[in-house]
Amino acid sequence: MSIIADYISKKNKTNERVLSVFLTAGFPDKDSFVDLALKILDSGADMLEIGFPFSDPLADGPVIQHSSQIAIENGINLNETFNLVRKIREGTNKPLIMMGYANPVLSYGMNKFANDAKSAGVNGVIIPDVPIEEYDNFFKDHFVGLDTILLITPTTSNDRIKAIDEKSSGFLYCVSVSGTTGAQQKGKSTSLDFIKRTSLITKKNNTLVGFGISNENDARAFAPYCQGIIVGSAVIKSLMNDDKSYSNTLKLVAALKKGLSS
Amino acid sequence: MSLSTNYNFPDDNGRFGKYGGKFVPETLITPLQELEKVYNELDNDPQFHNELDKLNKEYSGRPTPLTFAEGLTNYFNRGKIYLKREDLCHTGAHKINNALGQILLAKKLGKTRIIAETGAGQHGVAVATVCAKFGLKCFIYMGEVDIERQSLNVFRMKLLGAEVIPVSSGSKTLKDATNEAIRDWVTNVKDTHYIIGSVVGPHPYPMIVRNFQSVIGIEAKEQIQKVEGRLPDYIVACVGGGSNAIGIFFPFINSGVKLIGVEAAGYGINTSKHCATLTLGREGIFQGMKTYLLQNDEGQVSEVHSISAGLDYPGVGPEHSFFKDEIIADYFSVTDDEAIRATELLSQKEGIIPALESAHAIAYLNYLMPETAKEEIIIVNVSGRGDKDLNTIKNSLGY
Repeated sequence: MSIIADYISKKNKTNERVLSVFLTAGFPDKDSFVDLALKILDSGADMLEIGFPFSDPLADGPVIQHSSQIAIENGINLNETFNLVRKIREGTNKPLIMMGYANPVLSYGMNKFANDAKSAGVNGVIIPDVPIEEYDNFFKDHFVGLDTILLITPTTSNDRIKAIDEKSSGFLYCVSVSGTTGAQQKGKSTSLDFIKRTSLITKKNNTLVGFGISNENDARAFAPYCQGIIVGSAVIKSLMNDDKSYSNTLKLVAALKKGLSS
Repeated sequence: MSLSTNYNFPDDNGRFGKYGGKFVPETLITPLQELEKVYNELDNDPQFHNELDKLNKEYSGRPTPLTFAEGLTNYFNRGKIYLKREDLCHTGAHKINNALGQILLAKKLGKTRIIAETGAGQHGVAVATVCAKFGLKCFIYMGEVDIERQSLNVFRMKLLGAEVIPVSSGSKTLKDATNEAIRDWVTNVKDTHYIIGSVVGPHPYPMIVRNFQSVIGIEAKEQIQKVEGRLPDYIVACVGGGSNAIGIFFPFINSGVKLIGVEAAGYGINTSKHCATLTLGREGIFQGMKTYLLQNDEGQVSEVHSISAGLDYPGVGPEHSFFKDEIIADYFSVTDDEAIRATELLSQKEGIIPALESAHAIAYLNYLMPETAKEEIIIVNVSGRGDKDLNTIKNSLGY
């Protein structure tokens, strides 16, 4: 059983769509990060994806590349990320996910990573450069108890969507556009077609849609066709220029959640 | 194409032992599968091989000579040294071998837009060249540091009609240019083919690039048989990503020939300014592949250095990682200074100005030759010519 899947289903039963917010660990500031994370949850986020930085983030656009770079400069590594997550966990019962690339995990030690994640209160992991071809070699038994959330994209065939749905746990991360994080929607109707196609094929998982969702209107457009949305670059971008109390970012989070419920 | 006996890598999962694989975002999996399928079709199609052979011969100038290096042989006064002359290829380096193969592949895939990364600019020039010939739009990613030190090649690419896109992220060199090229591919995958320049990246690229480059070794094998009536004792090649080395090594696997790869030690392997990946790296996952990687304790990729832009890369082709562990080849490194002195040596003993990359292979002869006997035969792969490096060489030698 999955804490994340149960949480999403419970919300959906009351006709609510979930909002998952991506934050880069220790960005923009290490000392205030726990406070920021908890305020984002209070402002309407249902769960958090905490990114641990990597020097060469292939799947990310300029905004998250920048935040990763700052995080590394702020001394964030996996140990520090676990410390931050542990403190966030003390203040919330909502699902917490860690997201990042394969190499820091491999370097940390697979077994140690899985154990430390669980003891810090992490519910699931997303590693975008581990596709199903590499899944069995990468996520060994020690990942039991952690959801391993997989991604599908507009280039994923129907057969692959089935196979990925089968392997994924927690939810299915539906990347709405071909591109890196922060990509612009080229045509919302194409993305919606893909999401509708997905919803007909998937059996096991709830679908959360991410990439290219940056405001309340986007949230409103996607809400009817999925169980929730993921917002990353738009939030990171807002944090780059925000005041000390992050008031604009918290307003953005509240607006996104509002878009999902109206 | 199985050229070597008892050697069947990569396996069906794109692995060379534990190395290789496909560590990429989901968006790229379907295009990689399509690429593999179309490549396999072409590889079994005699017409494709005829077309490529014809281009190699009539456009690129293959076969490249195997030159007996009499001056260099006399200088060391030990074994006989031959040079495989990839510097004489059209565009001045072995990179054209892969570019020609992949442009045919791109046409077959129906792609209209070509992207590539480049370090020294030799791969960028080769791709710009084949795009001009075949009438495809061409975009070359190049780190800002490399744009500065290889400005002549930047101009060549522009003259050939390519757009050179400066990369300002990270160390602003080959690694970062590769990241940007992959990000472009993720975004424009529908109409775009990515011509990767070395035996790196996700499967099937390391295999495809190896197979297109193995023309170097196939020719060298025939040529040395013809002049010496036997195989050589040693083959020496420089290794950055490792495509010229794999190209000349591959047909000699399991044939008793000692295969030696030479990495860039930069300021020295006791400093942090080098890119001797196989010498000092450890297993990592980087740019789509599991391979040896220069990284810190936390798995962040190291900032590396070589005087030669083409070797200035923290990773290495996964097949080289496999060769190292299985002792199919041995890997050593030489410094910037040694490479510069070897450039001078080859220029003055043979009248051949090598690329700084290739000069690393020449430099290793200082270590190898004293160990050889007079009757032994050494082939060094001169992967490219040094015209592009004249500014760097001039600054280093100071005359």
